[in-house]
Amino acid sequence: MTADDSPIRTAYQVLADEATARKEAFDQSPLPKIHIGMATCGIASGALETQAAFETALAERGVEAHVHTVGCVGHCYAEPVVVIDHPDSGFPPILYPEVTPGKAKMLVKLFLEEGDPRFEHIMGATVENEMIPSVTEFARFNREKRVIMDRCGRIDPEQIHEYLADGGYHALVEALCQPPEALIDTIEAAGLRGRGGAGFPTGRKWRFARAATGTDKLIVCNADEGDPGAYMDRTLLESNPHQVIEGMLVAAIAVGATGGLFYVRAEYPLAVRILTQAIEQARECGVLGKNILGSGMDFDIDLFQGSGAFVCGEETALIHSVEGYRGMPRHRPPFPVERGLDGRPTVINNVKTLATVPPIVEKGADWFRGIGTADSPGTAVFSVVGNVTHPGLVEIPMGVTLRELIFDICGGIPNKKKFKAVQIGGPSGGCLSADFLDTPVDFDALTRAGAMMGSGGMVVMDEDACMVDVSRFFLDFTQKESCGKCTFCRIGTRHLLDILRRITRGEGREGDIEQLESLSRAVKAGSLCGLGKTAPNPVLTSLAYFRDEYEAHIKEGRCPGRACRPLTAFYIDLEKCARGCDACVGCCPVDAVFTTSNRKKGIDQSLCVKCGECMVACPPDYDAVVKISPAHLAPVIERPPEKKD
Amino acid sequence: MTHHTLTAEDKARLDDLRTQIDMAQKGRGELIPLLQVAQKTIGYLPDEALAMVADHLEITRSEAYGVASFYNQFRFTPPGRNPVKVCMGTACHVRGGEIILENFERKLEIAEGETTADREFSIERVACVGCCALAPVALVGDTLHGHMAPSKVEGLVLRVRLEKEKAEREAARS
Repeated sequence: MTADDSPIRTAYQVLADEATARKEAFDQSPLPKIHIGMATCGIASGALETQAAFETALAERGVEAHVHTVGCVGHCYAEPVVVIDHPDSGFPPILYPEVTPGKAKMLVKLFLEEGDPRFEHIMGATVENEMIPSVTEFARFNREKRVIMDRCGRIDPEQIHEYLADGGYHALVEALCQPPEALIDTIEAAGLRGRGGAGFPTGRKWRFARAATGTDKLIVCNADEGDPGAYMDRTLLESNPHQVIEGMLVAAIAVGATGGLFYVRAEYPLAVRILTQAIEQARECGVLGKNILGSGMDFDIDLFQGSGAFVCGEETALIHSVEGYRGMPRHRPPFPVERGLDGRPTVINNVKTLATVPPIVEKGADWFRGIGTADSPGTAVFSVVGNVTHPGLVEIPMGVTLRELIFDICGGIPNKKKFKAVQIGGPSGGCLSADFLDTPVDFDALTRAGAMMGSGGMVVMDEDACMVDVSRFFLDFTQKESCGKCTFCRIGTRHLLDILRRITRGEGREGDIEQLESLSRAVKAGSLCGLGKTAPNPVLTSLAYFRDEYEAHIKEGRCPGRACRPLTAFYIDLEKCARGCDACVGCCPVDAVFTTSNRKKGIDQSLCVKCGECMVACPPDYDAVVKISPAHLAPVIERPPEKKD
Repeated sequence: MTHHTLTAEDKARLDDLRTQIDMAQKGRGELIPLLQVAQKTIGYLPDEALAMVADHLEITRSEAYGVASFYNQFRFTPPGRNPVKVCMGTACHVRGGEIILENFERKLEIAEGETTADREFSIERVACVGCCALAPVALVGDTLHGHMAPSKVEGLVLRVRLEKEKAEREAARS
C-alpha cells in the first residue's frame, strides 16, 4: 500500500510477540493441560458436565492442572473429546473419546495423580511417538487435509492471542503491504471458488466489486446456514472465528470496502456470542476498527442475526432481509457487487470461502493449486451424517472419491447394513446411488452426476432408507421455505409434494412418475432463484437412480426400505420369540403390543404407530420383531378381550 | 392474528419492551432486530408488541406482521416454560425424527405449534439445530438431548414435571 510498510509490520510484531509469549508460558508450564472440545456438538454431548467434573475432581484431589477449552475437532461421533497433555507422566498428549463426567474423575485420579493413562479408554496420541499409537494412523485423521479447519479444536476461540500466536492475522499484514490488485490476482490465480455452493470464482467477484463505482463498499459474510444437515459454518465460527474475520479484512482490502457484516442465523446462539466477542477482541488489538495496525485503513464489522429463512442464503434475499423486508430474491442484474445492501456495492462470501483466504495469502496461489483438482482447487468441508460409523465434519482435498470419503475415512455403514444412497448438497442437491461411489468430490463432477456441492451437507443412507420418502422430506422443506414470489416454485413444489405424499401413503397412481418429471422440469425452468431452480433435484435424481422404488410404491404398495409407515407393519415372529420376556410389551408407547394367555405376543395393527421401539427392545438373542412391507403381509393375531380386574 | 389473553407477566414484559423500543433507533433496517428484541423480551410476538415495533418505525402493522410471519424465528403464540423443539433436519429425519415428534405430541396431548393449557410445554419443529451426528435430537428448554428414542420422551416429560413439583413443594415449605 505505502512505500514504507515497516510500521505495519512492527505494529503486528508487537502483537504477535506478546501473544507468543503468553502462549509459550502456557505451553511450557509443567502442569498437565486438559483440552476440552467445547462447540455446540460437544456441549450437546455433555462437555460442560465433563468440564465441571474435571474441575471438581482437580479441586477435591488437590491436583493442579490447566483446563483449556477449545473448539470442535470435527469428530462428532467421539464427543465429548478431551486431550490430556501430562508432560510429567512421560506420555505424549493423549486423545480420549466420549469422556463422561465419571471418566473425567477417573482420569484425574489415575492419570494425573498416578500416571496411568488407562489404555483401554485411549483413542490415540495426538503426535507420533514410540509409546502409544498415534491417531494419525487412522484414516479419519490422516486422510484429511485441513486448510479451513486447521486450527479448529487446537486453539481457544475466545482468546485472540492463541490465534495470533499461531500466525493469525499475518495474512492481514501481507494484504496491507501489497496493492489490492495483486491480492485479487493471487485469489484468482489460486482458483478459489465460493464454498457456499454455487462455486463462483471468488477472485472474479472481488474484481467486479473493486471496479464498481461507489465509495462505501461492503463485505458480507454469509453464515445463514439454513440447509438441514449442514453445520460446518457454525462449527467454524464457534471454533476459529478470527480466521473468518481475517478473511473479511483481506476481502475488504482487495475491494476497497469500508464496512463488514456477519449474517449469522439467530438459531446459533453460541456462534453469535463467540463471534461478538472475537470482533471486540480484534478491535482491542487494533486489527479491526480505525487505522488498522497503523495503516490508515478503517474497517469495522457489524453482526446481523438472520431469522431463519432458507431462501436468505440467496444473495439478494439476504440483502432484503437485512434491509428489513421479507427475504425475497430479486432479478439480477444489477448484481450485489454493483448495487447491494442499501445500494452499496456488496460482496457476499460464504464463511468457508473467507476462511480459505488467509492461508492463500500466506502460502500463495501455487500452494493452494497443489491441493485438490485442476478446476476445483483446495479442500471441501463436508458434514457427513446419517448411517455412517464416524459421522462428523471432514475436510478433504477436492477430488477424493465418495467411496473413499464414506468408507475409508468415515468408517462405512454401521450394523452390517448395505449402502444405498448418499444425498449431497442438501435440499438443492441430489441422491446418488452406489454406481456413483467412484465420483470424485468436486464442484463439476458432482453437478454432472446430478447432485451438487451445495453447502457440504452429506447424508449417508443404508438399505433401510426410502428414496421416495427422502425426496418427500426435501420437498416438504423447500415447499415450506419457498418465498412465494415465483408461481412455479410456490405452486409447483406444492404439487410435487402432494404427489410424493400420496405415493408414500400407498395411494400412488399410474402416471404419477411422469407427472413428477414434467412438473420438476417446469419448476426448474420457471423459478428465479436457486431455491426453485434446484428444489426438484432430489426428485429428479431419485427418479433417475431409484425409479424401481417409486414403482414398487405405486404398483405393489410396497416400500423397499420399509420406511414409509403406512406401507409397513411390524409383527412378532413367534418361532423366535422367547415368550417369557415382555420387553416389547413394556416399551410400546401406545400399548399396541399384547400377550395372550399362552404367552404369545401380538401387535394390534390398529394402534401401532410403527415407532420401532419393540424392535430395539427385543433382545438380540431372539431378534423376533419383524418389519414387513406391504403391511398386509403381517400375520394377524387376535388381541384377547381385556380382563376386568 | 393472535387470540389469547395476556397474562400479568406478559403485560410487565410489554412495559419492559416499551422502554427498550423508545431507546431504539428508527429506520427500516431496525425492523428485524427490534422484532428479535420483542420476542426475546416477551417470548413471542403478541399483537401489542408488533404494534409497538411498527409504530416506532412508522410502518403499518400489517407490514410488520408480513415480515415477522415470513421468518421461522418469530412466533405468535406464547411458548411453554419448557419449549420442546424437535429437530427435523435431514439426519434426524433419516433416523426417525418424525416419530419422536409424534411421541411428544401424544404424551403432551398437543399438536406441533401449540402450547399446553398450563403453558408448561410447547412443541415446535426446527429445521436443523446442527448436531446431526447425535441424531435424532430434541431440545427441552435449552437442554439438547441427543440419540433420542420414543421411550426417552416420557422420561423427559416426567422429569420436567417432577422438578416442577419439587420446586413447588420447596416454595411452599419456605
